[in-house]
Amino acid sequence: MAILIDQHTRVMTQGITGKTGQFHTRMCRDYANGRNCFVAGVNPKKPGEDFEGIPIYATVKEAKQASGATVSVIYVPPPFAAAAIDEAVEAELDLVICITEGIPVRDMLRTRYKMQGRKTRLIGPNCPGIITPDEIKIGIMPGHIHKKGRIGVVSRSGTLTYEAVAQLMEQGLGQSTCIGIGGDPVNGLKHLDVMQLFNDDDATDAVVMVGEIGGSDEEDCARWVKDNMRKPVVGFIAGVTAPAGKRMGHAGAIISGGKGTAQEKLAVMEECGIKVTRNPAEMGKLLKSVLR
Amino acid sequence: MKIHEYQAKEILREFGVATPCGIACFSIDQAVAAASKLGGSVWVVKAQIHAGGRGKGGGVKVARSLDEVRQLATAILGMTLVTHQTGAHGQVVRRLLIEQGADIKKELYIGMVVDRSNQRVCLMASSEGGMDIEQVAASMPGKIHKVLIDPLAGLTDQDADDIARKIGVAEPAVTEARILLQNLYQAFDSTDATLVEINPLILTADNHVLALDAKMNFDDNALFRHPEIAALRDLDEEDPSEIEASKHDLSYISLDGNIGCLVNGAGLAMATMDIIKLYGGSPANFLDVGGGATAEKVAEAFKLMLRNPKLQAILVNIFGGIMKCDVIAEGVVAAAREVQLSVPLVVRLEGTNVDLGKKILAESGLPIISASNMADAAEKAVTAARGI
Repeated sequence: MAILIDQHTRVMTQGITGKTGQFHTRMCRDYANGRNCFVAGVNPKKPGEDFEGIPIYATVKEAKQASGATVSVIYVPPPFAAAAIDEAVEAELDLVICITEGIPVRDMLRTRYKMQGRKTRLIGPNCPGIITPDEIKIGIMPGHIHKKGRIGVVSRSGTLTYEAVAQLMEQGLGQSTCIGIGGDPVNGLKHLDVMQLFNDDDATDAVVMVGEIGGSDEEDCARWVKDNMRKPVVGFIAGVTAPAGKRMGHAGAIISGGKGTAQEKLAVMEECGIKVTRNPAEMGKLLKSVLR
Repeated sequence: MKIHEYQAKEILREFGVATPCGIACFSIDQAVAAASKLGGSVWVVKAQIHAGGRGKGGGVKVARSLDEVRQLATAILGMTLVTHQTGAHGQVVRRLLIEQGADIKKELYIGMVVDRSNQRVCLMASSEGGMDIEQVAASMPGKIHKVLIDPLAGLTDQDADDIARKIGVAEPAVTEARILLQNLYQAFDSTDATLVEINPLILTADNHVLALDAKMNFDDNALFRHPEIAALRDLDEEDPSEIEASKHDLSYISLDGNIGCLVNGAGLAMATMDIIKLYGGSPANFLDVGGGATAEKVAEAFKLMLRNPKLQAILVNIFGGIMKCDVIAEGVVAAAREVQLSVPLVVRLEGTNVDLGKKILAESGLPIISASNMADAAEKAVTAARGI
């Protein structure tokens, strides 16, 4: 089954006509079942046109009605990206994946507020996206490094997720679904939400959880794992060497007020029964060691 | 982005937040003239640097005559102020704020930040003003009161009054405190601030509230819609390498070690620093070249790292996804030739076209140390940095 998306998912692209949107729509369409999955694009200025055969609609609502797409991926530039999410939420899509990096926090605070009580789930922003290997990829990750299997991966970062996937592959382990939840302070799905989905997924046997400094999402997830998770979880937290008060690339990766350190997160995860490694080269090996 | 106290106070005054009268100064004569213009008999001479803890570091002093203003301005202007936030190297004071002295009855604390887990702006307030708020949080957590602010409704009268009373604002001053808090939230929201801190907010003997200090940080991602705030950036307060990096759209942070790291992606860049430490070395920097790194960007990244006199080795760790390893390898080779690399270079490539990338490195004729995975790369970089 995998989580959130599979080969039957139908996707529209918001921002399909921009350089990034075009490039990645092409890459996603060429991956596995992508040709059937990517069915619509949205651009208010170009309705009636198409992108390499994918029809473009003026609004998300129209694209949903015409194409049957229930998922959207967003490449819209930062000043307009939060409004693009709002539009997808208004149109009652099931899932929105926002790749855009650099959305103001204030915009995201309002967008998340408006999402309360709505059915739409959000992945990102500032994330690589989500992939169910050999079925569908929605986002900017390299498809070919993945292989279908039974390990779930959830991470805040892009290339560090690819690193975890490559290490799993070295151990001969494929993945059920891999999700990058993004490096922004105010975002959609958190580690905890994704972990719950993996717990209920018949196709997932174990989970690699990759975190980084800042916030307390990893701790919240670990506490939930302790009481509820029926599958082994291993983890790594990036940023043991990061100095306090400095933003390490991601807007969310900052130790402030003495909170959000890697040591603190690792300690809580260990207390909660998650096997952790302090060596980012050993995530794959560690996962292999906990498989029953 | 950070700004100075005097700049934050100017912004807050525009939003109707009361502050003491003050004038920013760049020289000793200006400081004396400012004090005389402000009038009165007590002035405060305040060093303007971006770091906190200025008072403890000797950067904030009270003067009771114009002569004393001159003495203090002479002492503070140009001094290297070391606080718990500047690090051991400290920060040179280039600007002063001269303010009228205030009649302090009570010192309070007000802060506003984005609360990530609740996804709301959080107003924090305490009766224990003037102290390090992290210490208050640790030793007297009951003394910190919080309100989560609804982004559409703003800070309500009820919430503002409640919190004012909880931190001990005297009844005659509650209305004034409410207005100050609401204006403060307006300022926070309208300017895309990520932090506002008033420590202390004071209650005066005649029951007025006044922001005696002010600290504001802003969301870098929102500066495009606040050119007037972007213009307040003070490059003297920033690390020269980090300024240079931002010109080339590179994310760079200087650290204390001797192994330069060049990585794509923030998470992988942090993990690379961590593994260097794990293998007994010390990273010289955090450097994320981003997803769309070009040969030119890689070359700029090399130049940045080589500005560091402590640099003993460079570790390049690239996971090529969309960005292909052969393109990166060509960039690394070109950069290494251009800058005439003087320290050992360890390169680990993984991902798309990795074999082609490794071949380009091997055939370059450059003394590049190739690594097969992250652990191997870290070990080789640490060894190389020791000069063994």
